[in-house]
Amino acid sequence: MEIIRAKDVTYEYSKRDEEGNEIGVNTAVNQVSLEVRQGDFIAILGHNGSGKSTLAKHINAILTPTEGTVVVDGMDTRDEEKVWQIRQTAGMVFQNPDNQIIGQIVEEDVGFGPENMGVPTKEIWERVEESLKAVGMYGYRLHSPNKLSGGQKQRVSIAGVLAMHPKCIILDEPTAMLDPNGRKEVIRAARALNDVEGITIILITHYMEEIIHADRVFVMDQGKIAMQGTPKEVFSRVEELQRLRLDVPQVTLVAYELQKRGIPLPDGILTVDELAEALAAVRAKNLESGKV
Amino acid sequence: MPITLEHVSLIYDQDTPHSITALDDVSLEIPDGQFIGIIGHTGSGKSTLVQHLNGLIKCTSGTICFNGQNVDEKGFDKKMLRSKVGLVFQYPEHQLFEIDVFSDVCFGPKNLGLPQEEIEARAKEALQSVGLSEEFYKQSPFELSGGQKRRVAIAGVLAMKPQILILDEPTAGLDPQGRTEILELIKEMQIKTGMTILLVSHSMDDVAEYVDRIIVMNHGKVMFDDAPKAVFQHHEELEQIGLSAPQVTYICHRLKEQGLDVDTDVTTLSEAVDSIYHALQPGTPRAENGL
Repeated sequence: MEIIRAKDVTYEYSKRDEEGNEIGVNTAVNQVSLEVRQGDFIAILGHNGSGKSTLAKHINAILTPTEGTVVVDGMDTRDEEKVWQIRQTAGMVFQNPDNQIIGQIVEEDVGFGPENMGVPTKEIWERVEESLKAVGMYGYRLHSPNKLSGGQKQRVSIAGVLAMHPKCIILDEPTAMLDPNGRKEVIRAARALNDVEGITIILITHYMEEIIHADRVFVMDQGKIAMQGTPKEVFSRVEELQRLRLDVPQVTLVAYELQKRGIPLPDGILTVDELAEALAAVRAKNLESGKV
Repeated sequence: MPITLEHVSLIYDQDTPHSITALDDVSLEIPDGQFIGIIGHTGSGKSTLVQHLNGLIKCTSGTICFNGQNVDEKGFDKKMLRSKVGLVFQYPEHQLFEIDVFSDVCFGPKNLGLPQEEIEARAKEALQSVGLSEEFYKQSPFELSGGQKRRVAIAGVLAMKPQILILDEPTAGLDPQGRTEILELIKEMQIKTGMTILLVSHSMDDVAEYVDRIIVMNHGKVMFDDAPKAVFQHHEELEQIGLSAPQVTYICHRLKEQGLDVDTDVTTLSEAVDSIYHALQPGTPRAENGL
């Protein structure tokens, strides 16, 4: 079952000079079509300015397409009457944790969403509890958000979205401002929600090592989808990724460089384990042919 | 112009129940011309440390000497200190404000009270060294890409002609290519001008690739202070404090466990590839000895 269906989506905005006269049109998203199944973990990659965030903002109707359609759980995002329902279905977590926390204490912040939806008080508290537990922040429910680390704040933000019982969560570079520990916490929380609760996750990121567990990866460039496939398929194309101003995980790069020097390794090695295994096979072969 | 820190501590809200020790008895020598990486997890004191170096924060105890002079002594010229020690904050592009790129870069030298000619010459030089050509001069800084904005912000500090340049997480939020470009640029500037550079970073891979020396901060103390190779040998201790060695170091450790004769002290991609390649080669002296 598809939860998100984007068809030929184009988004244009006009550039204006100081007097407000239109001086040109920018196409941020250009004829993009994609489908996401309920329960998938999707990653969207792309350099700064590639259109990935603009595309993501279409999924919960922050933006609506200039041309084409976006359908979220059967609802067209241009249908103004459905906007609130769409945003409850597909919740969004942004890059900067400090811009999205408003409560004085953690549990109030998480309760803000369901309270606005008119959820009865008793149920709000139930939702707050289960959401905070799901992201591992229940122990901090009475803390002030100001004193949390970046990773903890982002997990509170995710809990805030979770309390609205969405089917899909969009994370727009949720780890860009975090340290390595914070990044791990957030990614672990996102993966758990996907695995345990079956929530569809759309993760937008620059960090390649965060997406090796995704079901599908889309790479954006100049507003278009330039590459798509499983992480293994995408990371097999090292040169193409580098042309699109992206990295590959270091272990993939080591394997790629060894390949270039004539070591027969398979394409798209993503983990240290895979590399160790492949190199063991190479050595076994060398021994067999009596080279060593 | 070396900087020396002796037993520097900083305690916020001292003598109250909320007192927090941000720096705890830090002693460091920063000689001329080094490229130093300062790493540590969030809250380890690394940003606090660098803000002492140009007098933005006054330490609670200890002494900081710039070129042999105590910076907290009466009569010490802090304005001079700030023009010699340039600090590029995190997300420096948030501090861009002028109507065009060129005016923004002129702002610093203008405040030094220099003649107009000198101001413009410095701005041009600074923009050139960050790789922004004249076509950018009249553009609004707000219409540039993230990486370009950051270059403008760095140029603004360079135009002050600092002898020591401190960059606090200069690559945060940039895409991979943008990160590489900024780091290459810093390295190039360091080689060309011989400036001392302090790079505050979370990214071990970046630090390993570029710096001569790494200072690891933890709980306000200096935990390690050594060459990258020596520091990353302590990868297990680094993990305990939420840091890690570069990924290639782990790869080589893992392969070594499997019996492949690779160097376990590699810290950069090219070292790792060389080491693995040689270990796999039949007939080379290394392989003969090792296998």
